Amino acid sequence: MAIETSHPPLLAPIGGEEAAPAGIGPYRLALRRLRRNKTAIAFGALFLIVVILCLLAPVYANDIAHTGPNTNHITEVIKVGGKSRDVVSPDGIPTGPTWGSKFFFGADPSGRDVAVRLLYGGRNSLEIGILATIITIVLATAAGVVAGYFRGWADGLISRTLDLIWAYPAVLLGVALGVNLALGGISVGPLHIKGNSNWIPALVIGVVYVPYIARPIRGQVLGLREREYIDAARTLGAGHLRIMASEILPNLSSTLVVFVALQMAQSIVLEASLSFLGAGVQPPNPSWGTMISEGVSLITAAPHLVLVPGIMLIVAVLSVNVFGEGLRAALDPRATIRANRT
Amino acid sequence: MIRFVVRRAASALGVLVAVSILTFLIFAAIPNGNPALRLAGRTASPQDIAAVTKAYGFNKPIYVQYAKTMQQVFTGQIQSYTQHVTVMSQIKRGLPATVSLAIGATVLWLVVAIILGLAAALRAGSATDTSITVLGFAGISAPSFVVGAILLYLFAFKTHLFPNGGYVGITSGVGTWFHHMVLPWISLAVLYIGIYSQVLRSTVVETLSEDFVRTARAKGLSRRRILTGHVLRTSLIPLVSLWGLDFAGVVGGGAILVETVFNLHGVGQYVQQSVSALDVPPILVTVLFGAIFVVLLSALVDVIYAALDPRIRLAA
Repeated sequence: MAIETSHPPLLAPIGGEEAAPAGIGPYRLALRRLRRNKTAIAFGALFLIVVILCLLAPVYANDIAHTGPNTNHITEVIKVGGKSRDVVSPDGIPTGPTWGSKFFFGADPSGRDVAVRLLYGGRNSLEIGILATIITIVLATAAGVVAGYFRGWADGLISRTLDLIWAYPAVLLGVALGVNLALGGISVGPLHIKGNSNWIPALVIGVVYVPYIARPIRGQVLGLREREYIDAARTLGAGHLRIMASEILPNLSSTLVVFVALQMAQSIVLEASLSFLGAGVQPPNPSWGTMISEGVSLITAAPHLVLVPGIMLIVAVLSVNVFGEGLRAALDPRATIRANRT
Repeated sequence: MIRFVVRRAASALGVLVAVSILTFLIFAAIPNGNPALRLAGRTASPQDIAAVTKAYGFNKPIYVQYAKTMQQVFTGQIQSYTQHVTVMSQIKRGLPATVSLAIGATVLWLVVAIILGLAAALRAGSATDTSITVLGFAGISAPSFVVGAILLYLFAFKTHLFPNGGYVGITSGVGTWFHHMVLPWISLAVLYIGIYSQVLRSTVVETLSEDFVRTARAKGLSRRRILTGHVLRTSLIPLVSLWGLDFAGVVGGGAILVETVFNLHGVGQYVQQSVSALDVPPILVTVLFGAIFVVLLSALVDVIYAALDPRIRLAA
């Protein structure tokens, strides 16, 4: 039996069998675990492809489809396989997918190119999803850290406010805020956000989800603030702000990374739901939700109007979810991070 | 226990008051523009706007306006501005469809999630487990209205197995009612089946390694007795609190999407139509009632939870 002569590393890496050589940080370790998770990587790549396709929307519109997302071709005729076809038939039924450069995914009832709108709509959906996620994470971190660190009346005030937001079903609160803000926009001092701006749904979604993230963060901070290194920092003369920013925040980072991915999926779904109901992206701007909502009444005659954006939405959300779960498994193999999801 | 109930009821009351104030503020005090303009909706005439200003007293102090609005809501006088009927009568008309949808869907998602979660936990690591996890992810990632639209296309238009949306009251035949509700139930349940089966799977796996399960096995109890009497009984407790919030969320929110796709004429579809018409009073009332329902149900669930598990009572 070998006798251990050197000290074991103070912070033994988590994850049992992968006892890493000295000097490998937890993030390198997590990255290594993530890289081994082929499913997560594949879905992460899939999401990246969706993002890139949507970013290339103007290129597709100008160079391949030769039309814009809001351009009507309602009275035009296209040639598919040598035969002429109305873009929109006299009784109002739009053409299905041509699988060609024009109207690849067919047309909508206004004679607009569904493929072009899908990519532009994706830009709006993803932009709102990403903005909303950033808003949620920033607000929730600030609220959770302040509440957990100071406790007392600050915690009471913040926690009660969060309880209040929590009391509303997410979709319903989103609808209430979305409708009111879309009517007049927001003006705060010199800043004015127009009613049809993407910032409105992003803000609404961002705020609605704050309690779902702030609560677990607050819980974690309540534990962190009792650690010795916080006492050490305080003894060295660090102020509250300094302790929160450079002692507590770095220790939350892996939790936050996990939440970013999972929250992004939630935000994209809520954006689609609100837009579907008319309280999100305002027409004629496309988004996956508004496209589905416009197509639902024509599902018998022109199923592509719902299936194309619907499948795209599921692909985007599923890929973020699977990648996020892989990220969680890599950063938190013992599953201590738990968000309260509804 | 009585102390716990009283305390929980008092805090629920506080949240209810706060919810009513916040809801009022969302509709009446968001900066920019005359609240009467918003409340009267998109198609309002100048007379409508003048009527709204008068009815809600928008020239009066804000707390008077709040009291006036709440009085109108709770006496059932509040009117829609596009249809000129009371909001209450419309909500009452839509309630049977919404309740049918929510209760049926919740039964479906609990039954299916318990079966799937248990199957996955008992065969942890097997192909069954993996495929149930994959299904769970698909369920979590598929928005209910997309699932609904796809089901409608496949089973109502392509194969004619189910009716093409619409709601038939349970009084005009249980069979027809059931037939109309199957697709909406599935659409709404898919998400929660995904969540609940995963939650149950992990709690069952945890419980299976507990000492009391080993003791039960050592006593010579049958596998079935251990599963139903020991494992499932403890594993279902966390689902109770989860269920309270989710059921309330479905009644107060998720139903909007599915009702719209299937044209069920429930309260949710009423909200959706009001959104398209920018008819604000129905939205105000349903948002308020939705939040009240969430608060009351979650208080009730907490009490049930405390009755099931004494540790909760002591901790609170």
